[in-house]
Amino acid sequence: MDYAFFQAYWWFLVSLLGALLVFLFFVQGGQTLLYTIGKTEQERTMLVNSLGRKWDLTFTTLVTFGGAAFASFPLFYATSFGGAYWPWMLLLVCFVLQAVSYEWRTKAGNVFGHKTFEAFLLINGFGGLILFGIAVGTFFTGSNFTVNKDDLTQLAMPVISTWHTPWHGLEAVLNVRNLLLGFSIFFLARVLGSLYFINNIADDMIVKRSRKQVLRDAIAFLVMFLPFLVWTLFSQGFAVQPDTGAVFLEKGKYFFNFIQMPLVGLFFLVGVVSLLYGIFLGAFSKTSTKGIWFAGIGAVLSVLTLLLNIGYNNTSFYPSIYDLQSSLTIFNSSSSFFTLKVMSVVSLLIPFVLGYIIYVWRVMDKKQIDKAEMDEESVKY
Amino acid sequence: MGTLDLSIIDWSRAQFAVTALYHWLSVPLTLSLGFIMAVMETLYYRTGNEEWKRMTKFWMHLFAANFVLGIAGGIILEFQFGTNWSNYSWLVGDIFGAPLAIEGIMAFFLESTFFVVMIFGWNKTSKGFHLVSTWLTWFGATLSALWILVANAWMQYPTGTFFNIDTVRNEMTSFSAVLFSPVAMSKFFHTVTSSWIVGAAFVIGVSSWYLLKKRNIEFSHKSILIASVFGLAGILLTIFTGDSSAYQVAQKQPMKLAAMEGLYHGKNGTSLIAFGVLNPEKKVYNDSIPPFLFKMTIPDGLSWLAYHHLHAFVPGVQDLLDGSYLLTMANGEQIKPLTTDEKLTFGRMSHQAMIDYRLAKKDKNDSLMSVNRAIFDATSPYFGYGYVTSKAQLVPNVPLTFYAFHFMVIFGGFFLLFFVLLLYLRRKIQNMKWLLWVGIFSIPLAYLTSFSGWIVAEVGRQPWAIQDLLPTFAAVSNVPVSSIKTTLTIFVLIYTIFFIAIIGVMTREIRKGPESIK
Repeated sequence: MDYAFFQAYWWFLVSLLGALLVFLFFVQGGQTLLYTIGKTEQERTMLVNSLGRKWDLTFTTLVTFGGAAFASFPLFYATSFGGAYWPWMLLLVCFVLQAVSYEWRTKAGNVFGHKTFEAFLLINGFGGLILFGIAVGTFFTGSNFTVNKDDLTQLAMPVISTWHTPWHGLEAVLNVRNLLLGFSIFFLARVLGSLYFINNIADDMIVKRSRKQVLRDAIAFLVMFLPFLVWTLFSQGFAVQPDTGAVFLEKGKYFFNFIQMPLVGLFFLVGVVSLLYGIFLGAFSKTSTKGIWFAGIGAVLSVLTLLLNIGYNNTSFYPSIYDLQSSLTIFNSSSSFFTLKVMSVVSLLIPFVLGYIIYVWRVMDKKQIDKAEMDEESVKY
Repeated sequence: MGTLDLSIIDWSRAQFAVTALYHWLSVPLTLSLGFIMAVMETLYYRTGNEEWKRMTKFWMHLFAANFVLGIAGGIILEFQFGTNWSNYSWLVGDIFGAPLAIEGIMAFFLESTFFVVMIFGWNKTSKGFHLVSTWLTWFGATLSALWILVANAWMQYPTGTFFNIDTVRNEMTSFSAVLFSPVAMSKFFHTVTSSWIVGAAFVIGVSSWYLLKKRNIEFSHKSILIASVFGLAGILLTIFTGDSSAYQVAQKQPMKLAAMEGLYHGKNGTSLIAFGVLNPEKKVYNDSIPPFLFKMTIPDGLSWLAYHHLHAFVPGVQDLLDGSYLLTMANGEQIKPLTTDEKLTFGRMSHQAMIDYRLAKKDKNDSLMSVNRAIFDATSPYFGYGYVTSKAQLVPNVPLTFYAFHFMVIFGGFFLLFFVLLLYLRRKIQNMKWLLWVGIFSIPLAYLTSFSGWIVAEVGRQPWAIQDLLPTFAAVSNVPVSSIKTTLTIFVLIYTIFFIAIIGVMTREIRKGPESIK
């Protein structure tokens, strides 16, 4: 197993974390539906408590995604976070607001009232999802940065990664394709949120409204995602010359990546079909509560394979449109062979971690949330 | 290329300090209260006594309100390395990133998964599984502290690494050297055990308030007993680990030790300052103004603390910057450390070697490359000195470090006496109003003592982001100052709202008392 193997392995792990994160965004999607699906205080209490038992899983996945990106691709971490300062910072602010909201919302001594913390949950839902999608959109569309390691010994300006717009990342909002992805993630998360409610809450009205909502948001998702997908697959992609490492633009690069990596392409299709089947179950089945699992697995597979597409097969996963040769690949931005190997040993714990998360999820969700539980339970959000 | 706006460094540091301090409002209580309530739940598990369950649940409510505050602060700290310290992230991400990723995989998921069981699982899981979940939540938090402190210790004492001139960054060569570095071990145990004091003070403070109000008497006595035993264990271990921490600082960061003690001129058999008032007139390290207006000392104390040898020479700020000296180690061996002038020369040589190497690489000049690589490898442990333009930059803020250190030590002593007294008096404290008030005030005092420790550790190591390798000046991101000021304002605003909210939530929960627990 050589250096390239471990670089590919860590790109797989970071992509997997990103994909799981998008699935777990059902929490944020659900938050944006608090007032759409929850029409009474009691219904909203059920929704909040249902999401409240999962929010920190999403949060932890985001933090681990950041930590894994830092550890395995530090040049990406340094360049993107230090350069696209504003979208990342605003995203973090959205998550900071979420962290305390569930726990403090209905506490007796909460001097700001429960509406304040519900507003925080809405900000986290809307802002967090759209900003995340826009930020990830730049992985496909490119950003304005340069990396020059010679600058390290320039005493007056030793910073090696430089961002070349005064907006420090906010300019990504002006790119239509980034916006399409931003809203795709937003509507996908709402679809997943509704499907999760159908699975997790035993309440006829909530389930009925959720099923309706699945369809609405699914249509909006497809309207946003399909143009993004077609545009991305067939427009110019950021290809890498394997011998020299030089980056160049190649038409249809991402489409050919799926063809040249048939397994990745196949799993992408399986993901999309699974996602659509999950949506179908949620929107049209009268009894099935399993839509979240099909849609969830579909979302994970689709996102995972899209991220593998831009990381593998001589592709730049974080391109610079300001200076193509500063673009980042899994080879020029990764940690050392030694560090990747050490962390790979630790990564063997991941199945164990997934195992206890799934076990706890099953134990805690054995019984669906209902009105009676909300009335009886002393500990609730 | 342009010129870096120097105020970027100050504002980036301010943002890091503010967010770190807010984060630290929550962490020590999580590390300690988690243990206390796990002990209480264990007693419930073993005896079946519902009173222990009620106590566990009461403290658990307060734990949960505090725990989420820590999560809110933690996420900013992690991503801030990228947003505001991008050069740092590239230059040492190969070493520093690994503990962070491992922290996520090993500790955060453990904490967050079992936290949910602990809070909501009372009626959904078995008694045994719930108890295990409470212990795992505490264990996850402590494990998280281990990894982040390993990362922090590496910044204070970079080990198990080399500077790769080809990739232009530091790379890990030994994971075990990073994980088991003596500084990491001292730091971990000192930080975790000193956090126990905060939780003990919190439980004692709340219980003291009940006793003053003559309510929940039995609950309070039991809580104070458990907290005092835990607090006493904490302070004893803190003193022990503090001693080894000071020893490590003396060996690895002598400038920090000099600042902690306001020591400008060392000698054989240096006294330890028990209490002192610094002379505010002293502005420059090599002026002739005496550093103290007043001081009480313990003869030879600092020599013993620093080198475990009564007559050892402890260098002061001026010795470190302008002189050369001999160190006598505990085994009698004498060593002559590099002078600052030598380190500055090596720093500049390493910079020049890197420039020449990269030029030679472009020209494909192998012999010039190997010459410069050899120079670089020999001098790169002092790479950071290449950025230093005056020796005065190498002196941390002495008054802040000095007072923070002495505040920490003096109130550490107070807590030792306090816990012993509580254990000696036991139920008699019920009628000692003054002591109960001391109990209440011990809560903020414990936090301030804990903060002081961090100020010593972090202010005392300035100007280094990574000791000898990277000053904060060369570690930042090139982000406009206005942006940093804006994000700092946003964070201060949010955290102030959170601070008001948590005070409200906690005081109401305490007023309602354990009797409100179903």
